Amino acid sequence: MRYVIRRVLYAVFVVWAAYTITWLLLFYLPGNSASMIISGAGADVDQTLLASLEARYGLDRPAYEQYFGLLWQTVTGDLGTSITLGVPVAVVVGGALPHTLALGGLALAFSVVLGLGIALLANTARATWLRNILFSLPSVFLSFPVFLTGLILIQVFAFNLHLLPAVGNDGFRALILPALTSGIPASAAIAQVTAKSLYEYTHGPQATFLTARGVGRGRIVYAHGLRNAVIPAATIIGMSVGGILAGAVITETVFSRQGLGRVLQAGVVSQDVPVVQGVVIISALLFALANLAVDLFYPRIDPRIRLGIA
Amino acid sequence: MTTPPLLQVADLSVRYSTDGDDVLALDRVSLSLERGERLAVIGESGSGKSTLTHVLLGILSRNAHVTAARGELDGVDLFGGLTETQWTELRRSRVAYIPQDPNIALNPVLQIGRQLDEALRLSPRKVEKLRRRDEAIALLERVGIADAERVYASYPHQVSGGQRQRVLIAIALVGRPRLIVADEPTSGLDVTVQKTVLDALDELVAETGVSLILVTHDLAVARQRTDRVLVLERGRVVESGATAAVTDDPRHAYTRRLLDAVPSLHEGKLAPTPGLSQVDPGHREGGLVAQGLVKTYVTRDPRRGKILTPAVGGVDLAIEPGTTYGLVGESGSGKSTIARIVAGIDRADEGSVHFRGQDVARARGADLRTLRTRIQYVFQNPYTSLNPRFRIFDVVAEPLRGFKVASGAELDRRVRDALDVVGLEPSIATRTPTELSGGQRQRVAIARSIVLRPELIVLDEPVSALDVSVQAQIMQLLIDLQHEFGAAYLFISHDLAVIRELSDRVGVLRRGELLEEGPVGEVFAQPKHEYTRRLIDSIPQFA
Repeated sequence: MRYVIRRVLYAVFVVWAAYTITWLLLFYLPGNSASMIISGAGADVDQTLLASLEARYGLDRPAYEQYFGLLWQTVTGDLGTSITLGVPVAVVVGGALPHTLALGGLALAFSVVLGLGIALLANTARATWLRNILFSLPSVFLSFPVFLTGLILIQVFAFNLHLLPAVGNDGFRALILPALTSGIPASAAIAQVTAKSLYEYTHGPQATFLTARGVGRGRIVYAHGLRNAVIPAATIIGMSVGGILAGAVITETVFSRQGLGRVLQAGVVSQDVPVVQGVVIISALLFALANLAVDLFYPRIDPRIRLGIA
Repeated sequence: MTTPPLLQVADLSVRYSTDGDDVLALDRVSLSLERGERLAVIGESGSGKSTLTHVLLGILSRNAHVTAARGELDGVDLFGGLTETQWTELRRSRVAYIPQDPNIALNPVLQIGRQLDEALRLSPRKVEKLRRRDEAIALLERVGIADAERVYASYPHQVSGGQRQRVLIAIALVGRPRLIVADEPTSGLDVTVQKTVLDALDELVAETGVSLILVTHDLAVARQRTDRVLVLERGRVVESGATAAVTDDPRHAYTRRLLDAVPSLHEGKLAPTPGLSQVDPGHREGGLVAQGLVKTYVTRDPRRGKILTPAVGGVDLAIEPGTTYGLVGESGSGKSTIARIVAGIDRADEGSVHFRGQDVARARGADLRTLRTRIQYVFQNPYTSLNPRFRIFDVVAEPLRGFKVASGAELDRRVRDALDVVGLEPSIATRTPTELSGGQRQRVAIARSIVLRPELIVLDEPVSALDVSVQAQIMQLLIDLQHEFGAAYLFISHDLAVIRELSDRVGVLRRGELLEEGPVGEVFAQPKHEYTRRLIDSIPQFA
């Protein structure tokens, strides 16, 4: 039970830290939302107008008042109103969230399947050359920039083969290419860690003993090795949720999709603090929840951790 | 004799080749084993014992080349090009393996029950699914596990080392094998546990008629537990025959050397090599006095929270100058904790340590540095206690440099003296630890500890990682050094015979408490505490 409380408190801390750091960054950036609205209108900055706008959004108050005011609002569930759009942030973010959730969920599924698949194949393929290629694949994946992967996938599957739509938001088919694009780099880390621990397991003393007691190679890899190799992989899977969320900005841009990434990008450009904060807090929540899930799942895959909870 | 032997091997050679370098691990080994017979394979490290077990199970590494005139196990030709699938069948039905280290062999993330269940599922016996659990529990009970239900539902880390080793024996029994190959099955266990595990194996042989190959470095175990013995030296069989005959009257010089090297419980402290001159120690007054030592380890784990492990609970001991105090106990008894407190590495929670009147725990600055030059420490494992990147000269010179005791020609002289005293060639000074054998490394570690001429050396299991013949040499060396330089020893060991041959006084430690204490001869002849008696009785002995 203490373990669970600890992990929950840790998740809360992560969300708070993400919120605070973003606020600090935005606060100390030159200019503010009010000046952006005015300069957006093309006029010279009228000091009285600026002052009235600042007063309206509370930007004239001292820093700590602004910070704690916003923090309290957020804690009570009020994300504020978008400065540039004039609608509640909850509506903006809420509208984008399902798209990103679908994209991120599928990307995560791709990355796990692809990552574990590569790791397993790399350790079981009969041909040495194939094993070598599979072992080096993760580093190749990692060194590819996300936008390039996206463009290549569009070129091949949309323009050449006409299999899938290149851009857009409509339906599951439009989801596949962007999900692959953000899933591939995430899968690389999973594959790398899992392949390495599987290799060490199958070449270690425990595997020798299993062989000696008549357990076949396949069972050693799937029934014993994977159970052990998944332990370090679980941490990586939790971390890759962060990577996928961060990658959403690029992926959604490349594939012209709606989603949190696009909202965030627009918010940053117009210095729409409430929107940016809203996206950050939702992303941080997602990330923290994913890692909390991993933490709570951990004792199930590694019973040595469970001992301490009792 | 109408039935043929269970196992017949003739002229078996195994060669390992790595990058063009060939090592002959087994050289024309022949052996045969009857049904229900127990064969001991003895030999020191590098003798080919493990290679022999691996060859019988077909688990040699890829770079091994096997040639044999004959190799038949229960009618199956072992070296006639069995496929991996055929080997797997053989391992499930005829030959079972009990490995040395039960901590490594069991999968930590699967319940013991599931691992037994897997073995049952794979075995050719075709145990029905609804009978498997009962069968597994029955197997656990049969190897002497009292709370079989609990062990069945436990993960490996939740049961004791002895129980883990029994679980492995139970797994070995699943396929009703004709032959069990046990590779040092008890070398990692405490003596009292070792006895019960070996008893369990003995019973199995008697009841089921299975044959046993017991690989061991412990000649007393071989003597007590086997019918015939095979002595291996550098891959060759130098002697074989009935165990009693070979151990009573060894024909080969190597066997004799092995037997002579075994420390004995019945003889007193070893005598120094005749003709050694004695350096006047000059510090005969005041030894080490430890009083009321208490130590509890606190570990903080982010996942588990705070864990308190009581290690030592109120121990008093005193070491006279120039004598050896032997501290004996099983794993977890707190031996090493006491050693570390005495040497000033760890601090006790309560109690005090005085060395020649000086408080070890409260020493600071210059006092502490002087104290450290007077008390030195030798660790158990010479493979990890020497920096592999240092040359031997620098390993031994480090304390002199660190404490700024000597430099230049003086440093040079003292390092060479220390190497000479521990019986190492001067040429060794330019080599690195990785180029040396285990025995040579432990000599280097001892040279490093004596180079400062300390008054007390704490020796934490310094010989337990070594082969018996090397162990005997190091023990003689320690006796000689004490005679020459008059240093006192705090000697830690789990091996009562080693303690007997090295110590003047002995303390028996269990769960952090000193159960009894006194002159070695008295404690061993008339143990007062029941636990001491059990320890002594558990030791495998000749005759």
